[in-house]
Formats: sequence, structure tokens, C-alpha cells
Amino acid sequence: MSLELKNVEKKIGLDTHIYSTNLKLEKNTINILLGSTLAGKTTLMQIMAGLDKPTSGEIWFNNENVTGIKVQKRNVSMVYQQFINYPNFTVYDNIASPLKITGVSSDETKQRVGKVAELLKLTGMLNKKPNELSGGQQQRTALARALVKDSDLILLDEPLANLDFKLREELREELPKLFENRDCIVVYATTEPSEALLLGGNTATLQEGKIIQYGKTLDTYNKPNSLVSAQVFSDPPMNIAKIKKSGDQCSFLQNDIQWKTKLNIKDGEYKVGIRPHNITTYKDGKNTLEIKGKVLISEISGSESLIHFTNGNLNWVSLSNGVFQKKVGDEMNLYMNTDEFVYFDQNERLVSNG
Amino acid sequence: MNKTVNQKAWFFVIPVFVLVAFNAIIPLMTVVNYAFQETFGNNVFMWEGTRWFKQIMLSERFHASLGRQFLFTFIILFIQIPLGIAIALTMPKEGIGVPVCLVLMSMPLLIPWNVVGAMWNIFALPDIGFLGHSLNALGFDYNFTQQIGDAWFTTILMDVWHWTSLVVLLSYAGLRSIQPAYYQAAEIDGASRWAIFTKIELPKMKKVLTIAILLRFMDSFMIYTEPFVLTGGGPGNATAFLSIDLVKMALGQFDLGPAAAMSLIYFFIVLLVCWVFYTLMMRNEEKS
Repeated sequence: MSLELKNVEKKIGLDTHIYSTNLKLEKNTINILLGSTLAGKTTLMQIMAGLDKPTSGEIWFNNENVTGIKVQKRNVSMVYQQFINYPNFTVYDNIASPLKITGVSSDETKQRVGKVAELLKLTGMLNKKPNELSGGQQQRTALARALVKDSDLILLDEPLANLDFKLREELREELPKLFENRDCIVVYATTEPSEALLLGGNTATLQEGKIIQYGKTLDTYNKPNSLVSAQVFSDPPMNIAKIKKSGDQCSFLQNDIQWKTKLNIKDGEYKVGIRPHNITTYKDGKNTLEIKGKVLISEISGSESLIHFTNGNLNWVSLSNGVFQKKVGDEMNLYMNTDEFVYFDQNERLVSNG
Repeated sequence: MNKTVNQKAWFFVIPVFVLVAFNAIIPLMTVVNYAFQETFGNNVFMWEGTRWFKQIMLSERFHASLGRQFLFTFIILFIQIPLGIAIALTMPKEGIGVPVCLVLMSMPLLIPWNVVGAMWNIFALPDIGFLGHSLNALGFDYNFTQQIGDAWFTTILMDVWHWTSLVVLLSYAGLRSIQPAYYQAAEIDGASRWAIFTKIELPKMKKVLTIAILLRFMDSFMIYTEPFVLTGGGPGNATAFLSIDLVKMALGQFDLGPAAAMSLIYFFIVLLVCWVFYTLMMRNEEKS
């Protein structure tokens, strides 16, 4: 089982929503489409589902051309950002609705709905109507409806985006389990890098209608093929600085901080990407390169502290474990891990890691 | 906790109290006053108790006009609500068609009642009106000033023309508020067009439809100007709906007492029907 997009392109009027895309998704995989709003995630999913036709290109499923075949004729299910359920049906009828239409016997329906409801912790709510449920339960119902059907392709379009923080965390942890041991391809769109890392599988980074990089989630994260891909897969955004390399010495262009590198690349100017969590307020293990900063903003997020600071004429973001309160304008020392620097050439393509 | 007492707060309530008194309570009390007394003018009143109410409740004339009123209202609701939903479903969802349709739909609503009546009167005249003349030319024996059926037909047609737009606009607003994801989800399930209508669109439109039915019920139940200008309640009393009959009694015959009693009964019927209908609709709403 595989889903393959061949030169798929989508234009609406003069606007190109999806640039020519090639992508092959394999059986039993979770595939994450990671990108900001309007990157083309939803459009791409709708093309995969058959809800929308590509302007050009083909979609192949199981070595069969399914371009233009309507969604009803394909075994697809989808979960949306909004909690989409039939308003007048009970939770049970909602979950059972895809089975009823395909004519599954009532005994089997009962058994399958029961199983899915248990998996999604909806057993006690089967007789309620959607608007009697919390947002989290409504989305669980929608998820159950998508899972009950044994689809070949399950599409999830930012399913957690409309949930509040606690419910999102809770459901996020359950999601990988839901897709285990399923004979299907899962496609999951999200704007949050942390969700992609948590779900594992494969990740495609998207920007402005283009797939920038596709590969195993950790590979995509650790070895971004370009600055754009690295930016999409970094939250808070990656710090970018221009550097000069000569011999085994590297230095930032806007200050005189220097470090040694084992990189085997030509001398010249490069750009370096530094993830915020590779700049910390304390020296530990590999974080040794010192940089002076003047605090711009200091915020606490959970048990982590985000400190925005300036050095030279650049703004930097650092993310440290622990809770720190810094005053605006404070001068402080921060420490960077040069092993984790990601180097890009002048065309913003990856040069090498570490 | 210590609460501070400050009687000055009453001053803030006074404006509302005065407003409500002037626009609702005082006029209503005048009617109530007439309903329980007999007057021969010169500000001389005699107490009559519930006599006028009994008289109206037992009057065949009242029963007849009330019956006509209910029949008329049910017919126009039966036509306008489904027709309005049907038109709203066929209206374009995007592009230049949207404002064009909305403006065209709003046109009848902008025309004053008496103008609508006058328009349709002339339009339907059997000798010179376009509708009347055409129908007769096609072989129908049509004359709304003389034949009861024709008078009803014309009055209903006029009301449908004038007011279906309101249902269309409300239904359209209801339909537009349904997120596209609902339609996609139904499509993925393989639901039929009819299933989408009954399982998604109707439930989602329930609140606006409740409002539409309430508004159309109240308006049509109190209809006066249009049939007054079109048929004057005739032929005979065939289209004398409640308010036409009421005005005849109050201003034509100067029976102020019975007319006041009839006003109150009329008022309570409208109130009761609206309350029962709204409670029924909203009770289900709370349950679901």
C-alpha cells in the first residue's frame, strides 16, 4: 500500500497554491506535514483525499491511478481542526455513521463502535449529543468516526489546534497509540514542530506551497536541507547569523567571538543556524562558547525560560531549562554549543552539521 | 460582607421605567380600561365587568375571522418557509452572484405595505391589470373583487411575493454559517444530498428557522394594510382577517368596548402561540 503524488500542482486562478510536488507515502507510516498557516497543508490533504482535484499531475494509490476519483469511492477518513460531528446524532450514531452508509451489519457496527469508543475513552458518552460534550470529547468523537472505518488513508488536519492546552497535551500523547497496528497511511498536518517530534514517523516541511524536505522526522529535524526547512522545524525560530571561516577558525561577522570547527569546507562566508535551546544562560557540558547579551524580553513558558537578547546588531533567542527572571536591559553572559550549529551556504542550502 | 445602601441607584432605573410605561404599559392600560367599561363619550364610563369578553368569545363573527386568520397564516407559513429554504439553497455561495441575489431578494422587503397592496390591486384587476387580464385571456374566470377563491389566491400570492425574501435571507445566513468542513466530512462518509440537507443543514439552520417562523407568524397573524388596500376585506367578509375586523368594529361601528376586549384576546393569542412554539423549539435545543 502506498500513496504517491506525481508532479501534483494546484492553481486557483493565477495563484499557485501547490507547486509541482512529488511525494511517496508508504504503508503503516505516520506522515507529518509541517508548515505555517497557508503553507498548503490543507490543500495538499484535500488533493490526497480526492476532495479536490490537482490542476495537473497524478495521484496513485496502490499502483493505481486515482486522480479524479471521488472521495466517496475511496476509503478515506478525515479529521478537521473544527470539531465536525452530525449535530443531531448521538455520539454512538456519529461514530457509526460511516459504517451505516457502507451497510455493515448492526452487530458488527455495535462491536466496532464499542471498541473505538473504548480506545478514545468515550464509552460513557455514547448516548449524548455532540453539543453536550467538551471540545476534547467532541474531537475524540470525530477521531473515533475516522478510525472506526478501517480507512486506507487517514488525514488529520491540525486536529488539536482548537483544543485548550491541557486537552491538547492529553490527546497528543494518545495519538501515536491510536495509529499503532493499523493497516493504513496516516497524514497529519500541524504548525507545531513539537507535535511532529512527538508523533515521530516521517515529516515533510512545507513553505508557500512547496515541500522543502521529506524524510524521517528526526533526520529532517537534525539535518535540515536548507535554512527554510530548519526555520519551519524550529519553534521558537532559529537564530541566524553570518559567519566567516578561515582554516579551522570560525567567527561571527558582527562581533569577534571565535570558535574552532572540524568542518571540511572551503574558507569564506556562511550562515549559521543556532536553535534557541542551544543557547543557555548557564554553562554546562557542551555549552561553552560565551556570548554577551543585553536582555530585550524575558518570558517564562512552563518550566523553561525564553530570553530575547541583542548582541552586535542582531536579536537572539535563547531557551533554557528552569525559571529565570531577567530585567529588560540587563547585561548577561550566555553560552552556546558549537557542536549543534547548523551551517548553510550563501544560497541557504545545508553545508554540513557540527 | 457589608453591602452599602445607596437609594440613589433608583434614579438609574427611572428612565427605563418611564420609557416602558409610555410605549407599552400606558397604551395597553387604555385598551384594558375600555375592555371592562361602556362609554358614550364625554368621558362618562360605566363598569361592565367581563361582558365584552364573553360577547366576543361567543360571537360567530369573531370565530369566523379568527378561523380565516389561522387558515391564512398556516397557508403562507406552509408556502413561505419551504420555498424560502429552497431558494436559499440554490443561491450562489460566492462571486458576483451573491450581492446581486441579496439585493434582488431584499427589494420586496423595502416596499411599504400600502404600496404593495396598491400595486397588487392594480396588477390583479381583471380588466386592466397584467395578472388579472392575462389569467382571463388564458381562459381562467378570474376576478378577485367578486370571487372568494380568487381573493384568497391573490392575497396569498401577494404575501408570498412580499415576505418569502425574509425567510430566504435568514435561511441563507444560516446556511452560510455552516463550515465547509461539514460538507467535506459528509462527502467522505458518502452521504447523499438529501442526507446532507436533513442531517447537517436543517439542524444547523434550526435557530434561524425558529426566528423566521416566529417573525412570519406574528407578521402574518397581524396583517392589515396589504389586504385592506387589496380587497378591503371582501368580497363580503371573505378576507376580513382579525385586524381588519377589529378596525371595522372599533372605528366603523365605534363599539369601543367589544373592540378593546377583542384586541386583548387577539394579543393573548399571539403571545400564547409564540410562547408555546418557542418553548417547544428551545426545549429540544437544551436536550440536544
